[in-house]
Amino acid sequence: MKVRFANVLVGTVLIMSVLSGCETAVVKPWQRGDLARPQMAWQPDPMMSVLREHVYTAKEGASGGVGTGGGGCGCY
Amino acid sequence: MVYRLLISALVITLTLLPRVSVFAQSAPDFNLPLLAQSDAGGSQLWQSGSLRLSDLTGKVVYLDFWASWCAPCALSLPELETLYARFKSRGFEVVAINLDTTESAARRFLQDKAITYPILFDQRQTTPERYGVAGMPTAFLLDHSGKLRFTHTGFKPSDTEKLSKLIQQLLQEKERL
Repeated sequence: MKVRFANVLVGTVLIMSVLSGCETAVVKPWQRGDLARPQMAWQPDPMMSVLREHVYTAKEGASGGVGTGGGGCGCY
Repeated sequence: MVYRLLISALVITLTLLPRVSVFAQSAPDFNLPLLAQSDAGGSQLWQSGSLRLSDLTGKVVYLDFWASWCAPCALSLPELETLYARFKSRGFEVVAINLDTTESAARRFLQDKAITYPILFDQRQTTPERYGVAGMPTAFLLDHSGKLRFTHTGFKPSDTEKLSKLIQQLLQEKERL
C-alpha cells in the first residue's frame, strides 16, 4: 500500500495537536491553593505517617522508598 | 522535497512554540490595587489605592509572588521585612503580589504579621503569567532601571543572606551612577 505524504502529514498534525493540547491543561503554580489544603494531603496526619514509616522501615530492615514525590501545593 | 521539508519544519515549530518562553529583559509593568500596608509600629493600615511598577524606577525592587496557602511564602514575608528595613534608606523596595483567589484569605493571613512594604492583590492572576512564575514563591530582583536581574524560586531562611548580597550588589550599581 502506498503511503501518501498528505496522510502522514495530517496524522502528524493530529497527534501533535493532541499531545500539545494536554500541555495547556497544566495547573499553574499559583492555582494550587485547593491542592495545598490539609484535606488534600495523602497523609493527613504527618506525625502518624512518620511513626508508621519508622515501624515499617524497622521491620523491613531498610530505609527509604516510602511514599511518592509530588502532590500538594508544589511549593519550593 | 523542499516544500515537504518546509511543511514539516512548520509543523514542528508550531508544536514546540508553547514550550518556548522568551524572557524579556525589562520587567513587565503593572498597576495593581494595594492590599495592605503596615506602619512602622507594625499595626496594619488597610489602604485603598494602587501601585504601578514603573513608578518605582530608580529603585532596586524585590518583586515577590506569594499566596497564603504556600508554606515557604509564610517564611519569606518576615525575612523580606528584615531586608526591607535594612536597605530601604538606600533606595530598596519590596513589592509583594498576593495570588490568593480571595482577598479575605490574604487579609486573614496578614492580620498578625507586621509587614511594612506594599502588598498588592492580583485578582485576575495575570501578572504571574506575564512574569513566567515557575513555582511558589517566585521573586524577581529588578535593578534601578527596571531590568530583571535575578530570579529566585522557593524560599528557605538561609536564602536571606544570599539575597542580601544580591541586593547590595544592585544598590552599589545604583549608587555608582
